[in-house]
Amino acid sequence: MHPDVSEIWNWLEQVPDPEIPVISVVDLGIVRNMTWKGQTLEVALTPTYSGCPATSVIAMDVETALRDRGIDRICIRSKLSPPWTTDWISEKGRKRLEEYGIAPPRQSGGPEKCPLCGSKAVERVSQFGSTPCKAQWRCKSCLEPFDYFKCL
Amino acid sequence: MTAGGDEFEFLCRMGDNALVLGQRLSEWCGSAPALEEDIALANTALDLLGQAKMWLDLAAEVEDAGRTSDDLAMKRDVMDFRNLLLVERPNGDFGHTMTRQFLFDSWHVEMLKELADSKDARIAEISAKSAKEARYHVERSAETVIGLGDGTPESHSRMQTALNELWSYVGEMFHDDEVDMSMARSKLAPLPSNLRSGFDRRFRKVVEAATLIPPTGAYAHLGGKNGIRHTEHLGHILTQMQWLQRAYPESEW
Repeated sequence: MHPDVSEIWNWLEQVPDPEIPVISVVDLGIVRNMTWKGQTLEVALTPTYSGCPATSVIAMDVETALRDRGIDRICIRSKLSPPWTTDWISEKGRKRLEEYGIAPPRQSGGPEKCPLCGSKAVERVSQFGSTPCKAQWRCKSCLEPFDYFKCL
Repeated sequence: MTAGGDEFEFLCRMGDNALVLGQRLSEWCGSAPALEEDIALANTALDLLGQAKMWLDLAAEVEDAGRTSDDLAMKRDVMDFRNLLLVERPNGDFGHTMTRQFLFDSWHVEMLKELADSKDARIAEISAKSAKEARYHVERSAETVIGLGDGTPESHSRMQTALNELWSYVGEMFHDDEVDMSMARSKLAPLPSNLRSGFDRRFRKVVEAATLIPPTGAYAHLGGKNGIRHTEHLGHILTQMQWLQRAYPESEW
């Protein structure tokens, strides 16, 4: 007997993203699929950005979390298609990002408001930021710089 | 050459372009003119290294000779590299680097867009993934070319010099050779010459906004993507990139 896949999804909701620990790998949309093949659990993960160094750490963290729950036959594979999009970040994930000080992604290509003071007067500093998934913005009201999660 | 041989060659071209340009851009890490630029170049380099890994993983699989993407990246010598001459050119000043980046990105987005329809599903999925990143790259490199071209007299003159110097390396991106024709016949990749009109459209628009004069020379240096004649610069970049595997063969960590 092995645990139900829906229960395993709940377990992985506890695995934080190594770069942005307030959001789980499930809320980020990195875990794409899980199925039992006989006694082996197959897990499909998708990279956010091609070169993101967190990708291999995430695979390791997922494997460790599953082993801690007693699953020892695990097959983790990388799934490139369809390519990861920020649309897959859950509502809960978006809220967490904002609370953490990172403006969540929006289709329009820029943040709605400053995650620190809520002002809508914001401007872009650079298209690239401290990690591949973020850009640097600045609030014109409170003058604080902040990260914006790029829309991809 | 067999079909598999051509596909291997082609995949090495895509992988080596990304790998060599990623390594070149990494040379700016810690020394770009502003912190934001430093971070942007390092991020672009990181995307390119990730893409190189995907292409060379597939190349190794297609070759089926027991080599890995790491072997391809770290254990091949100069003449086995299949990158465009453009990407091995030295960085020069910041304007020169961004001009080179804009020329490459403008070709790259067109190439990846077409490759996303490749008959080989693995090529298509790597391209669809990479295309999203390349669109960010070209947005930024185009904006920077415009900002510096239409900037101060000093930045303008440096950008014009860079464009004039790099122009003769543009032609290779659109030159069809036997590998390209074989890939196009099998519907695995587009003919490079078909990408030119999309490139030209963006190029004209950006260069005009940058108040630069588009060079008109038709001469193209060839020999990078078929490995016949790399420039002296590639060997030097490989000594940096590969020194660890050469000094400590097979070391892993």
